[in-house]
Amino acid sequence: MNTSAAVQAIPALPVQRPRIIEVQSVGQTYRAADGLAVKAVDSVSLDIVEGEFLSILGPSGCGKSTLLMMISGLLTPTQGHIRFKGQDVSGPVGDFGIVFQDAVLFPWRTVRANIELPGEITGLSRSERRDRAQAMIELVKLTGFENKYPKELSGGMQQRVAIARALTLRPSLLLMDEPFGALDAMTREQMNVEIQRISLESKATVVFVTHSIAEAAFLSDRVVVMTGRPSRIQDIVTIDIPRPRSLAMITSDAFGAYVGQLRQGLNVNEEL
Amino acid sequence: MSSEARPQEQPTFTRSGLLLHVGHFVVFAALILLWEVSITYFNVPSFILPTPINLAARAWEDLASGLVIHHFTVTLTEVVSGFAGAFVVAMLLGSAIALVPFVERIVYPYVLILQTIPKVALAPLFLIWFGYGVQTKAITAGLVAFLPILVTVVAGLKAVDPRRELLMRSLRANSLNKFMKLRLPNMLPHLFAGLETGIIFAVLGAVLGEFIGGSQGLGALIIARQAAIDVAGVFSAIFYLSMMGLGLSALIRFAKTRFVFWQSN
Repeated sequence: MNTSAAVQAIPALPVQRPRIIEVQSVGQTYRAADGLAVKAVDSVSLDIVEGEFLSILGPSGCGKSTLLMMISGLLTPTQGHIRFKGQDVSGPVGDFGIVFQDAVLFPWRTVRANIELPGEITGLSRSERRDRAQAMIELVKLTGFENKYPKELSGGMQQRVAIARALTLRPSLLLMDEPFGALDAMTREQMNVEIQRISLESKATVVFVTHSIAEAAFLSDRVVVMTGRPSRIQDIVTIDIPRPRSLAMITSDAFGAYVGQLRQGLNVNEEL
Repeated sequence: MSSEARPQEQPTFTRSGLLLHVGHFVVFAALILLWEVSITYFNVPSFILPTPINLAARAWEDLASGLVIHHFTVTLTEVVSGFAGAFVVAMLLGSAIALVPFVERIVYPYVLILQTIPKVALAPLFLIWFGYGVQTKAITAGLVAFLPILVTVVAGLKAVDPRRELLMRSLRANSLNKFMKLRLPNMLPHLFAGLETGIIFAVLGAVLGEFIGGSQGLGALIIARQAAIDVAGVFSAIFYLSMMGLGLSALIRFAKTRFVFWQSN
């Protein structure tokens, strides 16, 4: 794939579906502690279609989390603009769930109460909250742990609670910022299989930030490869492997080819 | 799946724990014995320093006659009402300072000035303004207890994990929700640290108020007995005062385990 053309060209998608997010020449410049302007993200244009699983892959500290924050509306771009379902974004878009690298649970709440939090804030009825939390607990396979407190759970389980909490309002968009970065390799693989299942079941569009090539290739319909400082789009790779994908698929030639392609995209960074 | 759960830590009486208890007891007994023996050995007159046995007898006598109960109740009333007042005001003012930057800028300098004034030095003024009754001592107690509580309320409300804040923002939570569901519970561990200091300060404030004026309360009893060179009597009053301090701070710590259950130790 021609890298300079890839910045503009968006590869054809397997199925034509409506766009949920349009990122139009978006950039983010912030003032560093020494007073100098630092460009974290520069001229990123990207369309995200409904129901796809899109990963943003790039080296650590390359500004991919900044891009995710701008998509959520939690951070206003200093350049360009973002449209969510055709509407210009200003402030949190509401119809999304977010998962951070750490679970960011409230330690004074049980698993169930943590998952009910978004419902409480948006004013769902008590019974509705209960029902949804129960469904979410089953979805993330935490049955039996409803009344535990976060400190009684392992890191992987805490992250399951965070995913359940993010999905409880049935958002059309799920944003994940290196959600499994703090987990050990075994748990991480297991969580990758889980998140694939969960995303298929919830039918939400997922934007997934990661610096793991294998994770991006395993999970995604498309992978956006970012360069570092300032962050630009280097390449967009469509992963054309049927779902559900199993961990065994990782050893296949097709998967290996995609990993190679992504790695090559990332390596261009190194040479810059 | 269950293997993912962390093992529950069971508090057990370990051998080293038992050893510690025995150690405490032995040291305490040795100190009392040393006291008793040295007074007899050096022939210290009992009006200077009585023996532990004399003191225990006197403390029991004070309790049996009901005298100490009256003074204890007076001091306890001053401490608890002063502390409760300080708690309420610290919560309200602390929330305003932590949440409204304008209030912080205007009010906090005064709070800091108040911090530098030795509050005890104000007690004589309170006697003039509010009289020699319980209310004056409650005010002294409250004033001394107020600052440590206020400081922890402000710190606790401000020390919110920015990612939790971001999460609340992503849910478009309003200010009330942010306060009730995030800041307030987040403040509790800090608050209890302030309350533990505050309750001891409140006892101190009440006793100092009683020292300066009045005839009621354990502090006044100490002054009256000091005037009569009743050393055993003074010790007895101090003993009950210490019991009050111990009891109240134990209550606070108990409340902490109930309200801040998610933090171990």
